Amino acid sequence: MYIVLTVSWAFFSGPSQYISLASSAFFGLGIYISAILGKMLFLPVLIAVAGFISFLLALLVGLSSLRLRGMYFTIFTFGLSELIRHSVLWWEVNKTGTVGRWVIGVDPQVVYYVMLIIVLMTLSVAYIIKRSKFGLALRSIGASEEAADHIGINVNAVKIVTFAISTFFMGATGAIMATRWTYIDPSIAFNPLFSFMPPLMAIFGGISHIYGQILGAAILTLLADLLLTKFPYYYMLLYGIILVVVVLYLPGGIIGLEKVRRWWKGGSVK
Amino acid sequence: MVILEGKEVKKYFGGLAAVSQVDFCINQGEIVGMIGPNGAGKTTLFNLISGALVPTSGKITFKSQNITGLKPHQICRKGMARTFQLVKLFGDMTVLENILLGSLFGTSTGMSESSAKRESVELLEFVGLSAMEGVLCQELTIANQKRLEVARALATKPELLLLDEVMAGLNPTEVAQATELIRKIRDKGITVFMIEHVMKAIMDISDRIIVLHYGEKIAEGTPEEITANKTVIEVYLGT
Repeated sequence: MYIVLTVSWAFFSGPSQYISLASSAFFGLGIYISAILGKMLFLPVLIAVAGFISFLLALLVGLSSLRLRGMYFTIFTFGLSELIRHSVLWWEVNKTGTVGRWVIGVDPQVVYYVMLIIVLMTLSVAYIIKRSKFGLALRSIGASEEAADHIGINVNAVKIVTFAISTFFMGATGAIMATRWTYIDPSIAFNPLFSFMPPLMAIFGGISHIYGQILGAAILTLLADLLLTKFPYYYMLLYGIILVVVVLYLPGGIIGLEKVRRWWKGGSVK
Repeated sequence: MVILEGKEVKKYFGGLAAVSQVDFCINQGEIVGMIGPNGAGKTTLFNLISGALVPTSGKITFKSQNITGLKPHQICRKGMARTFQLVKLFGDMTVLENILLGSLFGTSTGMSESSAKRESVELLEFVGLSAMEGVLCQELTIANQKRLEVARALATKPELLLLDEVMAGLNPTEVAQATELIRKIRDKGITVFMIEHVMKAIMDISDRIIVLHYGEKIAEGTPEEITANKTVIEVYLGT
C-alpha cells in the first residue's frame, strides 16, 4: 500500500519539486467512495471509479493550486486534506448522524492480489512517465519553471495532468484498503500520516529512483510494524530518530549508499 | 519586412513605470541591440515580449499576429526564443537533455524523439559543445552555460531570438567567440534582438541600436548615430 502511495507521490513531486501533502485527501476519498458505493459496484469497477474521481478532483485542485510555488503549494495541499477531512466529518455528524461507516469486507487474498495489481500498474506508469519526454519536462519544471515555459513547455498542463494521474492510484489504493479495514471514520481515512509518510519514505529510500522509493516504502513499513510490536511505547520516538539520522547523513537516501546500489545491480558495477 | 513590433508598450510595477510608451520595430534578418543603464527596463521589455510579463497597456505583434497576453510557451511555439540574464538551465540534466527539451516541446510542429535527438546533436556542434554532450550542465563554465542556453533556444527553431546579456561575465576571447556565434545565427536567417553591456561587441555587431533610460526610449539608430547622440552621451557619462 505504501509503495503505491510513495511511488505515485514521487513521480509527480520528485522531479517537479512540488511537494504535495494531499495524499491523504485522495486516499481518504478512495476509502469513502468504497464505503458508499461498495454495496452497489463490482470490485474492479469500484476501484476504477475511486481512482477516476480522485483524478477529477485533482484536476480541479491542480487548476487552482499549481500556480502556487514551493512552500505555498505544500501548505495549500495540506490545508486541502484537512478541509476535506473536516467537511466529511461535518457531513457525517450533521447529515447521516454517525461518525463511522462499515465497509463490505472482501476476502484478504483478493485484497492482496488487487493491491499487487495496483502496485504493478503504478510502477509501470511511474516508469513510463520517467522515461518519456513528459518525465524530462517535469524535471525541467523542477529545475527552472520559467525556462521550461520559455522553451515551449505548457507547464501548467504537464503539472496538472501528472498530479491527477498520481492521485488516481492514491484513490484506487484507498478504495481497496477500505475493504480490509471494514470500519472507517474521517480521522482514519484522512489521517495526515498518509500525507507525511510518502515524502518521508521517498526521501528515506532515495527520491531520484523508483527502486529507491520502493525500498524506502518497504523498509519503513516493516520498521514501523517491528517497532510497534517490540517497543509500543517508544515506537514513534525511535521512528523519528531513525528518520532524522537518514535525512542528515544520507541525503541521497538508502540508495545513496554506493554499496547498496551495487548490491541492487547484482554486483555488475566495477 | 517587420517581424516584431511594439506599440506604446507600458508596464507599471505598482506606481513605478518600468517601461513606458516604448515603440519598437525589428526587421527580419537584422541584429538589433538594446542598451541602457542598469534599471532602464531592458529586461522588463524582454519579459513583456516573451510573455513572462503581461504589459499594462500597449500592443506587441509578432509576424503580424497580436501576441500581447499570450503565455511564454505559446509565444515560443510561434517562433520566438530567448535566453536569460541569469542563466536558467536545468542544472541536474545533461547538456544534451537541455537542448532536447527545446526540440521536443518548443517547435511549432512538434518532432519525433529521434529527429529531436538528431537536431540536438547538430546544434551542439553548431555552438561548439559537442564534447560536453553527456556532462551535467551545472558543471559547465559560465561561458559554456551561456552557449548552451543559446543552443536550447535555437532548438525551438525560432525566427526571432532574444538574447539577454549573453556576453556578461565573459573574458575577451569568449566575447569574440560569442560575437562570432551571433553572426552565425544571423546567417542562418534568424533575427536577433539583444541586450548587452559590452559596448564594443554590441557596436560591432548590431545593425541598429535602441537606447532605453528610465523605461523610455531615448534614442534609436545605427551604432555610429548612437555613439554621436548627445542624449546618450549625457546618460552614460553625465553632463
